[in-house]
Amino acid sequence: MDEVLVLMEGIEKRFPGVHALSQCQFELRAGEVHALVGENGAGKSTLMKVLTGVYKKDAGRIFYKGKEVEIPNPRAAQELGISIIHQELNLMPHLTVAQNIFIGREPRKGIKFILNENEINEKTKELFEMMHLDLDPRIRVSDLTVAKQQMVEIAKALSYNSEVLIMDEPTSALSDAEIEELFRIIRQLRDKGVGIIYISHRMEELKQISDRVTVMRDGRYIDTVRTEEVTIDRIINMMVGREIYETSRANPETNSQDVVLEVKNLNRGREIKDVSFNLKKGEILGFAGLMGAGRTEVARAIFGADPIDSGEIYVKGKKINIKSPGDAVKCGIGYLSEDRKRYGLALGMDVESNIVLANFEKFLGFLGRVNTAKTRAEAQLHVDELSIKTPSLQQKVKYLSGGNQQKVVIGKWLVRDCDILIFDEPTRGIDVGAKSEIYKLLNDLAESGKSIIMISSELPEILRMSHRIIVMCEGRITGELSTAEATQERIMQYATMRE
Amino acid sequence: MNNKVVKTKNEVIQKRSLLRSDSKQKLLTFSSLIVMFIVFSLASPNFATFNNIVGILLSTAVNGVLAVGVTFVIITAGIDLSVGTVMTFASVMTGVFIAFWNLPIIFGILGGLAAGALCGFINGSLIAKMKLPPFIATLGMLMMTKGLSLVISGTKPIYFLETPVFRKISMGTVFGIPNAVLIFFAAAIIANFILTKTVLGRYTYALGSNEEAARLSGINVDAWKIAIYTLGGLFSGLAGVMMASRLNSAQPALGQGYELEAIAAAVIGGTSLSGGEGTILGTVIGAFIMSVLINGLRILSIPQEWQTVIIGAIVIMAVYADIIRRRQR
Ligand SMILES: Nc1ncnc2c1ncn2[C@@H]1O[C@H](COP(=O)(O)OP(=O)(O)OP(=O)(O)O)[C@@H](O)[C@H]1O
Ligand SMILES: [Mg+2]
Repeated sequence: MDEVLVLMEGIEKRFPGVHALSQCQFELRAGEVHALVGENGAGKSTLMKVLTGVYKKDAGRIFYKGKEVEIPNPRAAQELGISIIHQELNLMPHLTVAQNIFIGREPRKGIKFILNENEINEKTKELFEMMHLDLDPRIRVSDLTVAKQQMVEIAKALSYNSEVLIMDEPTSALSDAEIEELFRIIRQLRDKGVGIIYISHRMEELKQISDRVTVMRDGRYIDTVRTEEVTIDRIINMMVGREIYETSRANPETNSQDVVLEVKNLNRGREIKDVSFNLKKGEILGFAGLMGAGRTEVARAIFGADPIDSGEIYVKGKKINIKSPGDAVKCGIGYLSEDRKRYGLALGMDVESNIVLANFEKFLGFLGRVNTAKTRAEAQLHVDELSIKTPSLQQKVKYLSGGNQQKVVIGKWLVRDCDILIFDEPTRGIDVGAKSEIYKLLNDLAESGKSIIMISSELPEILRMSHRIIVMCEGRITGELSTAEATQERIMQYATMRE
Repeated sequence: MNNKVVKTKNEVIQKRSLLRSDSKQKLLTFSSLIVMFIVFSLASPNFATFNNIVGILLSTAVNGVLAVGVTFVIITAGIDLSVGTVMTFASVMTGVFIAFWNLPIIFGILGGLAAGALCGFINGSLIAKMKLPPFIATLGMLMMTKGLSLVISGTKPIYFLETPVFRKISMGTVFGIPNAVLIFFAAAIIANFILTKTVLGRYTYALGSNEEAARLSGINVDAWKIAIYTLGGLFSGLAGVMMASRLNSAQPALGQGYELEAIAAAVIGGTSLSGGEGTILGTVIGAFIMSVLINGLRILSIPQEWQTVIIGAIVIMAVYADIIRRRQR
């Protein structure tokens, strides 16, 4: 086998109240794609942040090409030849694509302080050509979709020409075509001898791309195996250490005829074109489509987060006028954003506050005093129900792992008791165990009479969960399918039905 | 072929976004400046005279330099409340060097600049290293420099009686335009160059846009932050020297209140208090809007108290217009 690039052993890391890594080890060889898997909060990102100098390890040793090294900060990692795409997007929205990619190592000209803007634009263009990515280097990052931003992150990591490349859930925001392209690039790099660490919750990707898999659980190293020698089920078993709940059956169409939400001729700029549909009581309505098809835009418009140009919305037969999210909530509509970091959470506040914050009225006692016993009890209830992994209710949400943050958002909306819930990519970045819990939760909610719109880019998920499926493409609804008719092929056909 | 189509579409988006974010904003503020100018000219014959316009330019010069300096800090999503009193502190130090110690004028100038830069350096260190919130660190600096100016000067103005040349720094003229105005323009051009063409400028935006991302990209965030605050302080120092020269004296009781005008100028010019956005040209226009307004209202004999009320309202309106523009994206 090839040279060992990275060897980590005996790694320890504690955060206040959390033993994030205990006696963790990891080995990466040149020319391999090494997948790192584990449940939410298993410590994958933490281990990688130790390797890239974001966190200081409490104990343990790191060897790079056989030599022991200290990596005190991100720059040190870069200089060794280790680059990383972090799980959360880390771009500067006000800067251009090229400026983001070359931040921290801008080519200079003349005296050492003057930037060479042409050069970074040229270099970025070359990079994008290599990646078959059609994007103008001079465009501002804030004008890009999440998927394109993710591609920029990938381009940035590639531009370091590192020997070790770490990708922490790079595909969670990408469309299938973009994932294909990413895999092509990964294989190309692997063949050149680059060592790649690949973190993902999409189990089917492991077989496609990885050579070896390392499994972590609760901050501990479990095992490293060759991908071809194990089954996915075996890996999942190692990850969760128990059997998990699977709903393989598709939901039959509901016989409910009660329309709770009706949207008529919704229009907004180029994003939403003449969208009409209805949602029945107790139904899970899947919204499928490629990234940027306009699904999120429709959801935001219904929720009052963005203004609409024209269109009518009826809730339980009554025409309503939603001008703000506050109005929507009053009408019993809840929305779980796909971008939880930006819209869904107060990252600096604790778990309890985040869960109860949006419905304080419910907990107000005499003279507006907050009934803390009640908020605590309610928060604890949802933390247990969703099995949110947190040392206490007082932990700040920003210190939770990505998947657990998502669960907090869900908990927040459960408290509200909305009749209509719009879930936008509810399982993005969530591990298999938690995913099945969320599926079960959605089913339970629907059975209890709530109506759910589920936007998802993962076709298996849409197919498994929905009673009915609406497919969008470029802002229009291009098809509606019952579960009986729906197949991946048919959905894709509608999803690519461009004008 | 297909490729080409997509490309042009991209270019369209890009052009639009450029127009959207930058030019449109500047066009808007610039046209409000012109409109104000026209209105005041029509309202009073005394407004659009050469002398009055020179007066406006002169009164913009010092405030403008302060506003340019504070623009850097605001773009990093920080704030500097100490620019006004640091300016005064720099004037007093210039006075100490020239009038008390009888050093050559050039030392007085350098001393004033250095005093400003030092204050900025301390601000930056408090914020970056000791993690004080910018609001608090610079508020402390405001009070300290205010007190120190009084202590050092013995609460009396320091006059530059022995060195008549000193006054020329601000009040000498080229074709009737006071030097202070030319210094202001030169400072703005240099600041614009720093902000758009150098590493320091790039990191100024980067810090304001997403500090964590900058850190993870290997940028030494603390060091650059200190550098940016120091640069801001340097501009305050320059303003201090200009002020001392213009008044031919260092006035230790002056200074407080200037910081708010400087911040207002930057904000009117489109600098976002949440960071990542702002330009020097915008700030310069903002500074002119402030002084045209003050001057125009005075010429219309609107009482001082009401002037303040009106300016306050204008600042609110300007920022609200900016918020609306952003929302429309
Ligand atoms: N800065 C921090 N402060 C406190 N606790 C933290 C911090 N970062 C991570 N943790 C905790 O450490 C544990 C490991 O988190 P980590 O982000 O590494 O998980 P992960 O395996 O990447 O999960 P996910 O799949 O959800 O991204 C979690 O319990 C998390 O709450
Ligand atoms: Mg993670």
